[in-house]
Amino acid sequence: MKSGRQLSSKFRGTAAALGLLPFAVYVLLFLAVPTLIAVGTGFFDSDGAFTLSTIAALGDPVVLSTFASSFWLSALTAIVGAVVGAIACYALLGLRPDGPVRVMVDSLSGVLAQFGGVMLAFAFVATIGIQGMITVYLQDTFGIDLFANGVWLYETPGLILPYIYFQVPLMIITFMPALQSLKPQWAEANATLGGGTRSYWLNIAFPVLAPSFLGSLLLLFANAFSSYATAAALVSQGSQIVPLQIRAALTSETLLGRTNLAGALALGMIVVMAIVMSGYSMLQSRAARWQR
Amino acid sequence: MKRTLTVTLAAAAALTLVLSACSNSPAPTANGVDAATATSLTAFGDLAGLEAAANAEGTLNVIALPRDWANYGAILDRFAEKYPDITITEASPDGSSAEEIQAAKNLKGQDTAPDVFDLGLAVAVSSTDFFAPYQVATWSDIPDALKEASGLYTGDYGGYMAVGYDPDAVPAPETLSDLLGSDYKGKVAMNGDPTQAGAAFAAVGLASVQSGGSVDDFQSGIDFFSELNQAGNFLKVDPTPATIASGETPVVFDWDYLNVSYGTQLEGQRNWKVVVFPGTGYAGYYNQAINKDAPHPAAARLWQEFLYSDEGQNLWLAGGARPARADAMQAAGTIDTALFDALPQTPDTTVVPTEAQSAAAATLLGEKWAAAVQ
Repeated sequence: MKSGRQLSSKFRGTAAALGLLPFAVYVLLFLAVPTLIAVGTGFFDSDGAFTLSTIAALGDPVVLSTFASSFWLSALTAIVGAVVGAIACYALLGLRPDGPVRVMVDSLSGVLAQFGGVMLAFAFVATIGIQGMITVYLQDTFGIDLFANGVWLYETPGLILPYIYFQVPLMIITFMPALQSLKPQWAEANATLGGGTRSYWLNIAFPVLAPSFLGSLLLLFANAFSSYATAAALVSQGSQIVPLQIRAALTSETLLGRTNLAGALALGMIVVMAIVMSGYSMLQSRAARWQR
Repeated sequence: MKRTLTVTLAAAAALTLVLSACSNSPAPTANGVDAATATSLTAFGDLAGLEAAANAEGTLNVIALPRDWANYGAILDRFAEKYPDITITEASPDGSSAEEIQAAKNLKGQDTAPDVFDLGLAVAVSSTDFFAPYQVATWSDIPDALKEASGLYTGDYGGYMAVGYDPDAVPAPETLSDLLGSDYKGKVAMNGDPTQAGAAFAAVGLASVQSGGSVDDFQSGIDFFSELNQAGNFLKVDPTPATIASGETPVVFDWDYLNVSYGTQLEGQRNWKVVVFPGTGYAGYYNQAINKDAPHPAAARLWQEFLYSDEGQNLWLAGGARPARADAMQAAGTIDTALFDALPQTPDTTVVPTEAQSAAAATLLGEKWAAAVQ
């Protein structure tokens, strides 16, 4: 009997491993292997000899300024997205969870958080492009010229609005569960002990929410930092952010022999993403204590 | 659990290896000729011999040929009509020259690999390892300056860098510096980013030679666009027939043949005029090459023969491009004179940068361009 139980538990382990097999194969083929190959190219020159020169090229002033503008764009849209999203979540708390507005905002956020790339770029071109509906309306009705100082929509500043457009819904999705986990008993306990609104927020809500908020902020940062398709569709000059530099290094027909730089740039991005995402998971595990 | 995970990953890795092993079929041969090593028509006897070999293959893979570029749509259709037994597969029409070579690298040994290339000079010169030498029947008509001696790559069609504009939206620019005026605020675009696209690279080259610089140093061209950007006139949209039709890009730096074709495409929707500035003109040719590992070597060679025949050259001319054999055909009376005379007026002097000049300019652009147009 005893041995039979051991056998069955062993069998269960094997079955579980077999169950994991399709997912493991999928992750390996479509995530791990391509990543390793991409990063690996950064360590070889165009003749296939091992080199560190492409990695050293990461210190090039052009590349550094690209990383800098990727950073500020991601940070700015993450902060704006996180603050606006958090306020929206707080406003939604006052509604019934199964009410029509909540359901609509939840499903809309789910869609819009994934709304990027050419569709999003086109939506912005059609509304606030040079011949966009809103641009033309403002021009004809109020004489306001959106692009009086040059057409910023197709430059780095033009990415801010489209990025915020998908950052806010992502914040609502990730931050709502944390807000919902604020138990009414805590507010009651605070009131019973003679505290007011201020002491509730300062001593209870803020400390409980801080890890979740910072975690979501990091997630938003990573989301913007790794976005490519929206920028690729809008920005055609200058390659100001890292993913566009990678595109340029891979597809340029004028600056040749830089395909390996793409691997080095990808390595730089992966390092940044790894730091951000481990910070995110640490904060999430802290936040999880309050969400049971 | 840890060990089972290792086993799982090992199994997955083994599967990956099985999946990535691909079969490699030997080159087909027709009537005893190895088409892949044929360097001219004589290997097949005559054109009929080559046609038979190509028909036996039954497929031609082309890559990065936009249908609205230098009349390629009509050229592909005419080839398909002429050789109904050969199916043409068109891959990534909007790809860059660099991506064509990458496709050849990635698809090597598969029957979806590109058979032929159409490349900017910089990529052609640096990718000769991928080409099979081939001299078309009309080889002697092609000026020496446009071809690699053994036929690894051959100039096919070219043009002048020009400015297309919408006469209803902006006044006609007569010189390059006119574009700095306030009439052109937020209206001047170029086809691509000069650190990536050949046409945009040529736009900076034209700006250099037009503003007192030379092809030896593109700095004055970079300065011009920097000034254009400061004035708020430089519009960073990648122009397409759609952006021209909508009025988004009223002024476009592009090859004259592309600008001319925008005008013909948008006939009735939008007026579009093309100007090649007087003084020094900047010209550039694209190049044909055959993939060394072409899955359909005979079809690839038949495509070349078709492109360099009188018919093929006149089809490029119909797209506003200047075909490589234009001078010889003019002498022989085989060129379509109506089309030839309709090309934009050529400037007094013409410059075409050498390989060394292009490489130096590309390096300079890589360092300076992004900052200059911020």
